[in-house]
Amino acid sequence: MSGGTEHWWRRLRAVVCGLTIVYLVAPLIIVLIISFSSAPFLTFPPPGLSLQWYENLFNNPMWFGSLITSVKIMIPTAILATVLGTAASYALARSNFAGKFLVSGFVMAPMIVPVIIIAIGLFGVFRAIGLFGTLTGLIIAHTVLSIPYVFATVSGALSLVDRRLEDAASTLGAPPWTCFRRITLPLILPAILSGLLFAMVVSFDELVVSLFISSPTVRPVTVQMWSNIRGAVDPTIAAVATLLFCFSIFALIAESLARRRSDPSGR
Amino acid sequence: MTQIRAGSTAFRLSSAGWLVLPAVLLLAAFFVYPVFWLLMRSFSQPEWGVQNYQALVERTVYARVLWNTISISGLTTIGCLLIGYPLAYTMATASERTRRILIFVVLIPFWTSLLVRTFAWMVILQKQGLINDLLMDLGLISAPLALIYNRAGVLIGMIQILLPFMIFPLFAVMVRIDQSYSSAAATLGAPPMRNFFRIYLPLSMPGIISGSTLVFVSALGYYITPALLGGPADLMIAQLIERQIATFGNWGVAGALSLVLLATTVLILGLVQRFAGVRTAWGR
Repeated sequence: MSGGTEHWWRRLRAVVCGLTIVYLVAPLIIVLIISFSSAPFLTFPPPGLSLQWYENLFNNPMWFGSLITSVKIMIPTAILATVLGTAASYALARSNFAGKFLVSGFVMAPMIVPVIIIAIGLFGVFRAIGLFGTLTGLIIAHTVLSIPYVFATVSGALSLVDRRLEDAASTLGAPPWTCFRRITLPLILPAILSGLLFAMVVSFDELVVSLFISSPTVRPVTVQMWSNIRGAVDPTIAAVATLLFCFSIFALIAESLARRRSDPSGR
Repeated sequence: MTQIRAGSTAFRLSSAGWLVLPAVLLLAAFFVYPVFWLLMRSFSQPEWGVQNYQALVERTVYARVLWNTISISGLTTIGCLLIGYPLAYTMATASERTRRILIFVVLIPFWTSLLVRTFAWMVILQKQGLINDLLMDLGLISAPLALIYNRAGVLIGMIQILLPFMIFPLFAVMVRIDQSYSSAAATLGAPPMRNFFRIYLPLSMPGIISGSTLVFVSALGYYITPALLGGPADLMIAQLIERQIATFGNWGVAGALSLVLLATTVLILGLVQRFAGVRTAWGR
């Protein structure tokens, strides 16, 4: 009797989990399919297949320009956030001073403060100092938002590094920089790469802050999508969405490969 | 150079600490200062005083938006918990291979742009969207259901978007639960339901608390999803802040609303950290 109930529960759980997976993934797959639609409007299932929206994405200067703008923001952001975030996590992991805990909370804070507040604050301040609507302004803003991701990832890896290796190197006379470069860096490199990918995705996908501090001349692709969604929807947006989606999946796979390499237990 | 271990460690300590400065300075200038600047507007615009906070209390439209924000965030949290719990449990108890696939499936939406996911829901939920077409073809409904630009649309979208924030903390706790407790209870004759409510549920409570906190706090500040999937009656606090700036140029009220939102967020995180003693593990 109780074996029967058990079986029934198992079956119910399998159905629930199956539906949850569909709920999580189906929307993305549907957008992916629509991006290849031959219809001039958003409809599912599409009447036929075509690459017209991808063509439009690359030929229409408004779409393509915004894509380039996003890349121009993403690359410096990822580098800056990775360098600053790694430096900060190394500093906090390898030194001891009063208030260390507070400083690490401070570096993580941009993740906790609602992004709309950061966006409007930056809007006000950037207008006053001339960074509104500039690439520099967007790079700075995205770096602020990305640093916590790099910091958290690299800090996690640093806490796993065997300190005795570093101690051995410095006991043998290696100056701090050499010790970092030859011992610590190779050990945490996968985490740094992981952080870099995180920063890239955060920047490439960011919308709320960009919405407030970008201008029609410097407009990332997400802002272009936003204004399109709110106006007359052009199916090119499905092609852009698919591109963003593929970028995220690519980053996710690269990140999990990097992390697998960094896991000492080999999992 | 005859360095002994203690000496070299001390040297390294003093030399590494400054490396935190570049990040701290950047955040001070372009994160703390702008946020502080905005919050200060609430006391200084249009004149010095607490008139903006008085307005928040007195004008019912603000109270309604605050209530919307809390109820949408609360319903999103409950939805994520009910939907996420079985999947997290399956992830925690599955074989290594199945687990890896499930983690990947949950990570996909987690890594995908919020805007892309919200846009996908707009396509699916619209009048001539997939769900309405399907239900009409099956003959279950004769006229399209209103699934978008209302509370239902906001919840369908927000629950899907925030689900990974519930599943990962739940999974992190469940994977460490010793199955022998449940086996012992079953051996002693506890029926499955009782076993679950008396043994498994309490043991998974830390995951429920950290997941729910994460989802609730994130939902409080959501802007894009309610703006695209909600109707005029579903205005949330972030949209109200945006509207105060973009439509009315009212920095005072925007600042006051920001302070309320920020204080609520920090208060909830602080309380949970203090009393539940759980780390709010971000996502992974």
